[in-house]
Amino acid sequence: MSAVTAALLPRRTERARSRPRATLVLAIAVLAVSLAWAIVPWLFTAHDPLAGVAADALQAPSAAHPFGTDATGRDLLARVIFGAGNSLAGAAIAVLVGFVAGTAIGVLAGSTGGIVEEALMRVVDVLLAIPGLLLALSVIVLLGFGVTNAAIAVGVTSIAVFARLARSQVVRVRRSDYVEAAFGSGGSFAAVLWRHVLPNSLGAVLALAALQFGSAILQISTLGFLGYGAPPPTPEWGLLIAESRDYVATAWWLTTLPGIVVAAVVLAANRVAAAVREGTA
Amino acid sequence: MPYALRRTGQAALVLVATFVLAFLLLHALPGDAIVARYASPELGLTEAQLDELRAVYGTDQPVWVQLWQSAAGFLTGDLGTSLQSGAQVEALIAAALPSTLALASLGFTAAVLLAIGIAVAATSSRAEWLRRAFRSLPPLFVSIPVFWLGIVLLQVVSFRLGLIPVINANPVEALVLPVLTLAVPIAAPLAQVLIRSIDDTVAEPFVAVARARGAGPRWLLSKEVARNSLLPTLTIAGVLFGELVAGAVVTETVFARTGLGRLTQEAVATRDIPVLQAIVVISAVGFVAINLAVDLVAPVIDPRLRKAVRA
Repeated sequence: MSAVTAALLPRRTERARSRPRATLVLAIAVLAVSLAWAIVPWLFTAHDPLAGVAADALQAPSAAHPFGTDATGRDLLARVIFGAGNSLAGAAIAVLVGFVAGTAIGVLAGSTGGIVEEALMRVVDVLLAIPGLLLALSVIVLLGFGVTNAAIAVGVTSIAVFARLARSQVVRVRRSDYVEAAFGSGGSFAAVLWRHVLPNSLGAVLALAALQFGSAILQISTLGFLGYGAPPPTPEWGLLIAESRDYVATAWWLTTLPGIVVAAVVLAANRVAAAVREGTA
Repeated sequence: MPYALRRTGQAALVLVATFVLAFLLLHALPGDAIVARYASPELGLTEAQLDELRAVYGTDQPVWVQLWQSAAGFLTGDLGTSLQSGAQVEALIAAALPSTLALASLGFTAAVLLAIGIAVAATSSRAEWLRRAFRSLPPLFVSIPVFWLGIVLLQVVSFRLGLIPVINANPVEALVLPVLTLAVPIAAPLAQVLIRSIDDTVAEPFVAVARARGAGPRWLLSKEVARNSLLPTLTIAGVLFGELVAGAVVTETVFARTGLGRLTQEAVATRDIPVLQAIVVISAVGFVAINLAVDLVAPVIDPRLRKAVRA
């Protein structure tokens, strides 16, 4: 079988079809665990995330400390578990900011048209022209450092994408026959927008929101790593990895294990988002 | 060519708007930069001294005068003065640029090679499990924190294996790990697009025709498929540029390299607004120029687009 014909053959055998389900189930499980960590962290660890035992400093992973301990003897797993709250809440705020502001701009632009639409979409072009991280950093300089401000900054970077998608969805729905009919039968602009245009435009936008969640976790951890998010000793995933840099030669677990947790949660969020998109498309 | 003209005009308009927004965002809204920078109680400056500083930096003028002065400065290559070091911003950027350009160009080249390798392996490996494994690489790469990858590479390659010295590395050695780190987040979207367009192209009738006429798999891949994958890849050039900028900030911080990314990180940490504004505007120029170039080149590559462009 040649290389290109291999790619031509139907890829989805019976066995292969069941596998995406399996990864989806795994992804949902990972997300559920991280969500539980965020809501009731104390159920998952007996250790204090902030107070360390000096005698236990820099211990390699063991039964007592599955992720090892850091330089001040704090249990790393406890810090990762308690850090989930900051990271996931931050991601939720970021998605909410992008979703609300972006959808508002997009729906307004798509449903009014004319000069308003033109002006709004040029603003969106400007937001897109500034690379995401730089836009987030500019917002942080404006608002100051901190978990919530970093989350808002990440949210601002996704406004443009949400606005573009929402506008295109609204324009598509607006041209459909049932919306014409609703206007024809005497519906007011606001009523038609609320009853017909919005509900039918939201599916794709919600799928995007799901996708943004994973990338928001990643971006917030990046801002935390650079030192613009939570101040120490707050357990936050990006900050945890930043703090471990001084021990990179001696304590491999301090960087490696929190990073794997971040990657696993982001990967799981993206997998679920892909399933949501397939479901709504 | 009216299309090229219109498109260039549009790009210029976006740039002007970006400049104004960046200026307003960073200057007008948070009180003023002098207060943000110098009004902390530890410095113990009096209001009169602050006013003096304002006069020196020109922030005592109305916003629109400052905007005009700043714009005139940018057009003549005067990007202002760093609040932190007092140096000219254009001198700081010129000093940081070569190091970042070396990192970015090598990182981008490595990413392209990596992405092509992944895409070819993901679409034409013999074994199905291999194709599947390579297909799962781009989503995995997107999910890995770049700063974490850099630290882990440093940990494994330098400290465990001792392959690259941490101190006194020669310039080439010092570039290896940063380039690898930067390549991963850029290779991910690139490989994703390449895989999708190879899939799409392979399903096209003209590929079946070429195969029926006796074209071998290698010929098909290098001629038909590669040519038809170029355009979808070009359309994400802007996205890749953004990844490159973000990647440079993170990579230079992790590996303590001098460069634009490091300059950005320090400017944010010290609220050095003129430096940050210059970097934001320059990146926006880069982004807009890349997208303009792609839009102008696309009809040249793909004849199907020419009709749509003229209409």
